[in-house]
Amino acid sequence: MATFWTKEVPATILVAALLIWIMPMIVGTFTLTVLVIYGMLGFSLGLIWGFGGILCFGQAAFFGLGAYTYAIAAINIGDSTIPMLLAILVPAAFAALLGAMMFYGRLTDVYLGVITLVVTLILFKFISSTAGPEYVIGKARLGGFNGIPGFQTLNVPGRPNDYIYGDPYFYFCAILLIIVYLLVSWLLKSSFGRVAIGIRENEVRVALMGYDVSARKTVLFSIGAAIAGLAGALFANWGEIVTPNLFSLGQSAEIIIWCIVGGLGTRIGPIVGAAGLAYLKFLLGQQSMIDNTLLTGIILVLFVLFLPKGLVPAIGSLWKVSFGRRRRFPRHGVRRLRGRSVGHG
Amino acid sequence: MDLVFVIIVEMLYAVASLVLISAGLAIVFGMMKVINLAHGEFMMMGGYVTITAVTLGANIFLAMLVIAPVVVGLIGLVVERLVIRHLYGRLVDTMLATWGLSLFFIGLVTMIFGNTTTGISTPISGFTVGNYQVNGYNFFIILVAIVLLGLMFAVLKGTRLGLIARGAMQLPDMAAALGYSPERIYMATFFCGSALSGLAGAILAPLVGLVPTSGGAYIAKAFITVIAGGPSLIAGLMASSGLFGFISQIFTFAVSPVMGEVALLVAAVVLLRLLPQGVTGKFFKGRV
Repeated sequence: MATFWTKEVPATILVAALLIWIMPMIVGTFTLTVLVIYGMLGFSLGLIWGFGGILCFGQAAFFGLGAYTYAIAAINIGDSTIPMLLAILVPAAFAALLGAMMFYGRLTDVYLGVITLVVTLILFKFISSTAGPEYVIGKARLGGFNGIPGFQTLNVPGRPNDYIYGDPYFYFCAILLIIVYLLVSWLLKSSFGRVAIGIRENEVRVALMGYDVSARKTVLFSIGAAIAGLAGALFANWGEIVTPNLFSLGQSAEIIIWCIVGGLGTRIGPIVGAAGLAYLKFLLGQQSMIDNTLLTGIILVLFVLFLPKGLVPAIGSLWKVSFGRRRRFPRHGVRRLRGRSVGHG
Repeated sequence: MDLVFVIIVEMLYAVASLVLISAGLAIVFGMMKVINLAHGEFMMMGGYVTITAVTLGANIFLAMLVIAPVVVGLIGLVVERLVIRHLYGRLVDTMLATWGLSLFFIGLVTMIFGNTTTGISTPISGFTVGNYQVNGYNFFIILVAIVLLGLMFAVLKGTRLGLIARGAMQLPDMAAALGYSPERIYMATFFCGSALSGLAGAILAPLVGLVPTSGGAYIAKAFITVIAGGPSLIAGLMASSGLFGFISQIFTFAVSPVMGEVALLVAAVVLLRLLPQGVTGKFFKGRV
């Protein structure tokens, strides 16, 4: 814990600050903003899947729920501060209910996957069918397939006419991602995080030690959903429209692919995977020779077959093989490093 | 009276189409414990094969019942050899790999056929009952579903091949010791599963406008039906298709088709919460 505050936090902030400074010189901030948002979305699944062992096929549900909550609340309220908070709280509450239903029923892997998938589909079908004028929440029409355009975008708290957009919005999103990253790192270092990892490794054992596994899983699931909801609200602000496609199966699939490619059980992996693949998709979208979906599919299949641990752990072990011997106490050092990369890092 | 008849036909049709949609996945998941998320795309390809064969001049029934299953089965065979055989026993990894395959096939079909809707007309014309129009093709689907279930039962329970297949699924080592290669049995089973998916896609093709992303509409339903059915293959398939078809049709008639779909999904969530091992995990234990 001591090294966390003295070493890891300053190092993270330093690296992140460098990236925030350098990246806008390479890629436009408009694109960068969405990469940061996707990074946050990937991070949310990376937390619950990689550290909690909960494979959620419906992370897009929380993402979409956050975006819709923000849009509806922003139209009704007119200032963006409370809608932002609601966009975090509503998905978290929804996930807490859903999670409690699943985890107290002791559902595991495949069944968990099916239920989260089905819930996403229900939301998608329901929102898509709300085109009629009778579907209104306050002043906001849900709009079916066309979604909700024209809501109040992010503004300086209390001053609805001072919009935050363009470059400042990128810095806002990036700083939020760093804050979320540090909070989650802190959470994983705390006893709650250690127990969560214990549950991932051996659920029965942790339960026998006297921890309430169902409650802890529910809380972790809900935290993941809150982060996804925040990403959704940021995405709504970036796109200035929300559509049912946010809930689609394709979106859920993409989040899972980001985590697999980036590396599960690491914090940075899903962020790198999300930003990297989203940028690749953006580049591929500019050519029309090979279909985009086809390449995404090939990437996923190849990673599952040949690199099932993902990029970041693979690079990490490559690094250890090449430079690991220089340590003064090799065995001790390697063991500590392994413990860190598997356990908390 | 006419309305009752129409509703009964519609219910049977809903159950039959669920049986068709899920049969291929039930074989692949129920017997091999491989969750094939590309199942919907296999169905979609079955539809495209049918349409292509018909436009090239083949008889529509020949195209649906023979050509489509064989072609899709062969595609499944290639997929099994290249990807899935490396992943047996790794449930989550097969799920992810087949999800990748499903995206791959969507992209491939989009590149070949373009992102437009294609379709063929139904080969059997409708007729009227009192004031209502009934689609004659629905009876064909019901018939195919019944024949399919009967055949599956007969092959699995009655023939030596079925016995070997079931044995290899339970104890692959013992089957290998008795001289049957589990590898080849898995391969054959996956071929059968893919062929059934192709058949289902082909038979449902005249009812829907086919686009490369059509598979997505099937996969969730198939997935739910098979998981809710539980470990017994045919009994589970019949039980869960019957239940879900019944529930979705009641809500379709009472409220709207969208609510019918939503009711089906909600029913699935409730059912899985109450019976996490599926219907046949609790009842009809030990049947095929």
